[in-house]
Amino acid sequence: MTGTKKQRIDALAESTVDKPEDSGVSLAASAWRRLRRNPAFLVGAVITVLFVAVALISPWLAPHDPAARDLADQVVKARNEIPPAQPGHPLGGDPQGRDFLSRLLVGSQQTLMVGVFATLIGLAGGLVLGTLAGALGGWVDSVVMRAVDVMLSVPSLLLAVSISALFARPSQFTVIIAVAIVQIPIFARLLRGSMLAQRGSDHVLAARSLGVRPGAIVFRHMLPNSLGPVIVQATLVLATSIIDAAALSFLGLGNPDDSVPEWGQMLGGSQQVIDSHPALSFWPAGCIIVVALGFTLIGESLRDALDPKNRR
Amino acid sequence: MALLEVRDLTVSFHRRGEPVFTAVDGVSFEVEPGQTVGLVGESGCGKSVTSLAIMGLLPKRGAKVSGSVTFEGTELLRLSDRDMRDRRGRDLGMVFQDPLSSLNPVISIGLQVTEVLERHRGMPRKQAMAEATDLLNKVGIPDPTRRLSEYPHQLSGGMRQRALIAMALACRPRLLIADEPTTALDVTIQAQILALLKELVRDTGTALIMITHDLGVVAGLCDQVNVLYGGRIVERAQRHELFVEPRHPYTHGLLASIPRLDAARGQKLVPIPGSVADNIPWDHACAFAPRCANALDVCRGQTPAEEWHEGRLLRCHNPVEPAADAAAKEDLRV
Amino acid sequence: MLRYVVRRLLQLVVVILVLSLLLFAWLRSLPGGPVSALLGERATEESRRALTAQLGLDQPIFVQYFRFLGRALSGDFGNSTGVAPGSTAMEVFSQRFPATIELSVLAIIIAVLLGIPLGYLAARRRGGWFDNLSVIGSLIGVAVPVFFLAFLLKYLFAVQLGWLPSAGRQTSGIDATRVTGFFVLDGIMTQEWDAALDALLHLILPAMALATIPFAVIFRITRAAVLDVLDEDYVRTAESKGLTTPVVRRRHVLRNAMLPVVTTIGLQTGALLAGAVLTERVFGYPGVGEALAIGFERRDYPVLQLLIIIAAMVYVLVNLLVDVSYALIDPRIRTR
Repeated sequence: MTGTKKQRIDALAESTVDKPEDSGVSLAASAWRRLRRNPAFLVGAVITVLFVAVALISPWLAPHDPAARDLADQVVKARNEIPPAQPGHPLGGDPQGRDFLSRLLVGSQQTLMVGVFATLIGLAGGLVLGTLAGALGGWVDSVVMRAVDVMLSVPSLLLAVSISALFARPSQFTVIIAVAIVQIPIFARLLRGSMLAQRGSDHVLAARSLGVRPGAIVFRHMLPNSLGPVIVQATLVLATSIIDAAALSFLGLGNPDDSVPEWGQMLGGSQQVIDSHPALSFWPAGCIIVVALGFTLIGESLRDALDPKNRR
Repeated sequence: MALLEVRDLTVSFHRRGEPVFTAVDGVSFEVEPGQTVGLVGESGCGKSVTSLAIMGLLPKRGAKVSGSVTFEGTELLRLSDRDMRDRRGRDLGMVFQDPLSSLNPVISIGLQVTEVLERHRGMPRKQAMAEATDLLNKVGIPDPTRRLSEYPHQLSGGMRQRALIAMALACRPRLLIADEPTTALDVTIQAQILALLKELVRDTGTALIMITHDLGVVAGLCDQVNVLYGGRIVERAQRHELFVEPRHPYTHGLLASIPRLDAARGQKLVPIPGSVADNIPWDHACAFAPRCANALDVCRGQTPAEEWHEGRLLRCHNPVEPAADAAAKEDLRV
Repeated sequence: MLRYVVRRLLQLVVVILVLSLLLFAWLRSLPGGPVSALLGERATEESRRALTAQLGLDQPIFVQYFRFLGRALSGDFGNSTGVAPGSTAMEVFSQRFPATIELSVLAIIIAVLLGIPLGYLAARRRGGWFDNLSVIGSLIGVAVPVFFLAFLLKYLFAVQLGWLPSAGRQTSGIDATRVTGFFVLDGIMTQEWDAALDALLHLILPAMALATIPFAVIFRITRAAVLDVLDEDYVRTAESKGLTTPVVRRRHVLRNAMLPVVTTIGLQTGALLAGAVLTERVFGYPGVGEALAIGFERRDYPVLQLLIIIAAMVYVLVNLLVDVSYALIDPRIRTR
């Protein structure tokens, strides 16, 4: 099973080895120089900063309590009536009569949490597996990589869905775990590839010939060099984990407790009423798309900036 | 009339967000039919850009070419894209530096040779294959019929370069440009490829522009040598004169920095200090001045002009005196 | 070449075996254990005990695994408990598989026919408005949740405009003869043109939704590959030979650029089933994907078990096909 997913991961891993030629400019500095001029990166950065800022201050930004059913008297279940936009509630209410704008604003917090935690857990798992496989080699490498291959052989959404089915009661936690585990094999393969590519490289050979201890070589010389591709992948995963979490909600495997809102859950939950109240879907969907686009733009422009082919 | 006449060729690169870079700056030289002319210099001196400009292979966006390149009386720089295509591969052939990356990895050697024959000589596939077998034979590839059905990765480095030469010569061009054709090869193979080029040029009467950083290559092959520095020709002479009496300090330095087995004990190698990165622009100075052992004040304040000195072209305020090199004269007989 | 295929098939067997082990472990770790997983919560104590004995859950764990493997090999995955009670899991699969194949084939055709030419054009006009616009479009295409896009299409073209049917595979009541289970193909074979057209119209919206991500990915890989190849030395060599532009493009640029694209197409085809889970659910399209979605909702584990292992097999098989076709295009792999 080669394939683009793997080839892409491996190509990203390779990019750790190529150092800028005798220009004397460090990798990070030259990457940053190209990033600053890239409008895609700037747009992505603006979106991300805005998103994080809103998430941080949303409790004060939200005009109402997102869990309070202020407009419950306007909800008529039988006639599929949902509170419309009105003074004080510019986006109206949700099917439970809660202020929709407040839910949207506060929803950014949980959405950010899902993205960040899923990425961190996936990264941590991949870091351990990939570093072990790449640094130790031999049978450890074989076992880890076969396991990774098997995990990659199940389409990722299906894997996430199967994992979340293991939990008797779905919750925000199970959503994060399911989305995160899917990312582990990708990070593992990335780090292992980066390690392998570096094992034969001159700076590692030089360190070895100077008698640096193997542990120190891995942690001080190899891991820091893998940082670039790992950051690229992590930014892209921030986007996909938010989208995947929404898909889980849509399939009924999301967090059933909606007192604390999350965009994916809001989008997944509002599909039943999309024909009569499309706005309830469009708002969270729009937010997810913009934020995912922001992370993707950053990830892609980072990848371009780190690509040795673009270095000048 | 000269076969190829390059007059005041200037190539500058305009990239968004970067200063304009002039890679070739008013280069002029001629190539007579059947003659072998060398373009010599360090990497970055503009020799490859010159060759790409002659072939019309510079990117259309970003590269600005001015001056004139006449081939058999036709101005190449003003030819339409279509007419230039008709000439490339038929009248002018080119061999590149890295034979592996210069060959298409996914199509057979046979197709890569025959496609030129089909294009320019209108041969049907079958006849082209027979001709291709002949060509491979001529460039010294054993078992050519089998090789034709093979792919580049199955050939050795030397064989690949021979195949590329066969493609470039397939339509018997009057001019062949070889851009560092031996740089990517092993030393023993280098000699074979040079011998092959020499033999082919002699047998077919093709003129050759040899682009190299290696004076050893020039020594064995070229009739006339142009030494380039910073996008300009700094010295031009017949091969023998250049090697026996290098007048430009740069040429002199290049020759002095070649390690020699027969050098007298204790005689030191004299490297040229600095690198191309130390270049200063040609305006109001000599670009080589910061690295030059002979540099005077005038070299840093005034651009030296091209001048004829005893049958050779020289761009220098303070050339090396012939007598100063008397000792080197003896053992530099090539 | 043959040795290569055999080696890959052996690898495939290993992957499937490991996967069956994982699936076995998965079923055993499900909430409530396999018995309630297979029978549902409302089963009587008697049937529970019967199934415990039948499944051999009193046996040692490795004996259980080999019995599971034996039953799986004979195609016996048990009875559906939620998707189509009364049918076996295998029946659910075989009824729904043609529908998903029909949908996936159309989706991948759309993705390829749009992605490759647009990717090539964008690369040729690098940095121009068309390039920038289509790159942004492809980035958005990946950022949109598939199920939302499906809803959007349905809402716009079926609910609001009414141009296309919003659900199902064929209008009920239409007179159609079933031959292969592929409705469009059936209609053509039996010359029931109205039935073929009707089935095709039902396919368009779900296929468009399903095609979005593969299209965006194929577009970007094609663009990147063509850009890479345009910079290659051998393209310059081809130009130095004075070859005509179409020959340079077809023989030297596209042929090399297609290598990574072929891999991408295969990978995206293999991953279509994941997208189909969401798209088929939205359009109520009776395929394998919908069965998976309903299966997860109603915890129909016999069906899930079978469909997941089939999904993995399809994925791995498609990858094998890709690698073989890759070897056919790239002599460096073929003649190794």
